[in-house]
Parts: sequence; C-alpha cells; structure tokens
Amino acid sequence: MTRTVKLLFALFTLLFSAAIACAADNQVIRLATTTSTVNSGLLDKLLPNFEQESGYQVHVIAVGTGKALRMGRDGDVDVVLVHAPAAEQKFVADGYGEQRFAVMYNSFVILGPAEDPAGVKKAKTTSDVLAKIHSTNAFFVSRGDDSGTHKKELSLWKDAGLTPSGDWYREAGQGMGKVIQIADEMNAYTLADKGTWLAYREKSRLRITFQSDTKLHNPYGIIEVSKSLYPDLNHSGAEALITWITSKDAQQQIADYRIHDEQLFVPSAAQTAMHLDK
Amino acid sequence: MQLLFAADPELWGIIGISFKVSMSALLLALPIGLLIAFGLAYGNFIGRRFLITSFNTLLSFPAVVVGLTFYILLSRQGPLGEWRLLFTQPAMIIGQMALAIPILVAMGHSALQAIDRRAWETARTLGASLPRATMTIMREARFGLLAALLAAFGRIISEVGASMMLGGNILHYTRNIPTAIALETSKGEFAQGVALGLVLLLMAFTLNGMLQLVQGKGRLAA
Repeated sequence: MTRTVKLLFALFTLLFSAAIACAADNQVIRLATTTSTVNSGLLDKLLPNFEQESGYQVHVIAVGTGKALRMGRDGDVDVVLVHAPAAEQKFVADGYGEQRFAVMYNSFVILGPAEDPAGVKKAKTTSDVLAKIHSTNAFFVSRGDDSGTHKKELSLWKDAGLTPSGDWYREAGQGMGKVIQIADEMNAYTLADKGTWLAYREKSRLRITFQSDTKLHNPYGIIEVSKSLYPDLNHSGAEALITWITSKDAQQQIADYRIHDEQLFVPSAAQTAMHLDK
Repeated sequence: MQLLFAADPELWGIIGISFKVSMSALLLALPIGLLIAFGLAYGNFIGRRFLITSFNTLLSFPAVVVGLTFYILLSRQGPLGEWRLLFTQPAMIIGQMALAIPILVAMGHSALQAIDRRAWETARTLGASLPRATMTIMREARFGLLAALLAAFGRIISEVGASMMLGGNILHYTRNIPTAIALETSKGEFAQGVALGLVLLLMAFTLNGMLQLVQGKGRLAA
C-alpha cells in the first residue's frame, strides 16, 4: 500500500515537473486566434512552413476575437491574430500589447435563403440590406459571442441606425460554422466571413445575398502581448512569427491560398515589420 | 469513414492524447478518490453525512464549470498562474481529475459500505495493520470499485467542456477526441465527427471488455 502511494506520488511529481519544464520551453509560441483563420484551413497551410524555417512550434488556440484578446490581456498567450480593429487599438492603447501589424483582410458576406424573402439582393449598400431585413422581420442569426464577426455585425447595425432586437433576431453564441448551419436550418440571414462560407458552401442551402461593399472588409492584425507586463512570455518567438507572417514570402503564400479556386485572404502587410528586423 | 481506417497519423495522435490524458487523470485521481471513499465509509466524524451529500452533488457538476473554475485558477491572473499550466496537458489532467474524483468517491463509498463491517473488524483483531486491513476491504469490494473506475473513466474520456477550456484544443498537444469532435462539428465536417465518435465508442468498448474479462476471472477464483 505505502509503496503504491509512493509510486503514485513519484508519478505525480514527475508529471508536474515535466509539465512545468514544457511550459517554460522557449520553442513554443502560443498564438490565440480566431476560429476563421483555423476553420478556413489557412493556418494549417502557413504555420508548418514557419515552424520548419524557424524551429519554433506554434500552439494555436482558436477562439473568438473577444476571448483571444482577453487571453492576451491576461498574459496566457504570447501573440494574438484577430480581426476587430477597434478592439485591437484599444488593446494596444491600454498597454496590453505591443504594436499592431496588418496581416491580411478578407471580406464579409451577407448570407440568406435562396428565395431572399427580405429582398436584399436589390440593395445598394450594407445599411440598406440591414434596413430591409429589419423592416421585413426576416430571421437574422447573430454570432452573439463577442467575436470579431459579432463586433462587426453590431457596428454595421449601428451604422445603419438600427437596433436589432425582437423575435426575428437570434443570438446563437456560437462559432461561424455553427451559425451558418443554424441560419441554414432557420432559413435566416446572417453575416459571415467569406473564408468560413467557402468552406461551408457545398453543404449549405444559403446563398450570398450581398457582398463587395468596402464596409464589409474584414482586416486581420497580429499583436505581440506586452513585454513590460509579461517579460517572461516568449517574446522572441512572437516577434519571429510577426516578422515572418508580414514577410513578402508569407504574404505571397496568403495570397495563394485558395478554397474551391477562390482566393480567401488578401495580404495587407505593407512592409510594416521592418523595424522588428533590426 | 475511409479516413478512419487508413491509419491517419493525425487521428492516432489525437487518440493517443485522449488516452494519455485520461489515463493519467484516472491514475492520479484513484488513490485520492479511494482514500476519501474509505474515510467516508469507515471513518466516524462530524460532517460525514454532509460530505457524502456534497460528493454526490458534485456528480452532477457540469464539466464546463469545472473547466471554468480551473481556468480562472490557472490563468496568469489567477492564484495558480505562476504554475503556467493553462493550455497544457497537465491542466487537462487536473480538470479531469476534478471530474473523476467525485465519481470515485460516491461510487467507491457505496461499494465499500456494502461490505460487511465485520470483515474490517476481523482483519483488525487478527492483527492486520491499518494499510493491510484497508487492502483487504478494497479486495472485498473490488467489483464495485472497478465499476466506479469504469464510470469515472467513461466520464473523463468523453467530456469536452473542461478539456476545451483548459487544454485549448491545440493540435498535436491538447486536442483529444471530444474536442476534435467539437471542432469538426463546428467546421461542418459531420462525417469526421461521427467517425471520431465511433472511435471513442470502440475504445470504451474494448476497455470495458478487457475489464470484464479480468472481473470474470476474479469471480471464478473466488
């Protein structure tokens, strides 16, 4: 009995020391990012190249933008790659992050039933679309999860001067893929990033009812978590990743990434990471 | 489905992580759970009944809440932030231990309670030391304890909430079968999700079968 206890205790200690050694490992970069970069398959394509070139290992934690920034704020990750410019600016201004670097953008689209009950296909602007949905009380599924897409959607309603509420407005509290599925089941409209939509297109009965308004651009930025607040994070790793992802080579890889023959992300880093090279 | 049988290395990695984490959690939770169960069954102290009720209540504690509790504790802003365990396998192990212990305690306690108290007294009067007598009782109650073990394993190998929050679903590191299923579902890859679910079921079946065999032998020998 006592021997078993001792053995288990030894095992316990071993496990924990291994864990702590592992957690302190400088080869691991923790990247909190949004579900859209992962679900679209982009990071699966890009990161192995970075890992091979740099020798770092990237641990990707895919959550909504709100949670990703929260993780950065708490110092639980080394670097964040998200898409909510206003929240990102605040994150940097509040001192939780170093500089923000533009990485790429993709576009949002407004999905809806093929029959288009609210008649949004005839709309000219995004605000127009939302006004039509609002006035016809057509079902609209919102992410409702404080993600970048959710924040974007709320800002679009605000721009249109409307307050979405009522029976027709459903907050799902789930990821993009789930919300597309829910909208499909409910014959509802929803705002989706094009990347996730392309991945889902084959399985969904929804259609793109509105797109290509500059208001629907969806810019992604990468931010290293504050050095002064959390000096012991993997800052060299975070900087290496930022330098790499904004490099010409990686930007080209982003431009070349395709789903169903369609380009998903438009690279937008304007040699911004130069100062990091020094 | 083809994917499943083509021995996809990624899939095997996920299965391996699932097993490693849940087995570690179970092995670490086992002595703690059994000791508490034993204490509750044979000890005589104030608040014993209250503790039993508490552990029974914990059985219905949602895994997400366990996950969230430990997330708050293990986050850098939390009291145990210094350990830097969030989004690691040990964090998942801790969460799963917290889920397994109440089951081990509650079911272990009722198994031990069912044993004739005289077995304990006899062992003690015959001069067995405390640990020895404990072992004797555990042997007597082994079938019930085995059931507790299986139930605990079933709970932690299949739970998604705590693993997702504490592990972060990191590929090759903290992505286990349940979180992979959640991910595939969110990507709309239902077939892949169902395939992973079947793998989980198959694993549980094999394990149960093996333990059943062991149990069967025990019965013959008795």
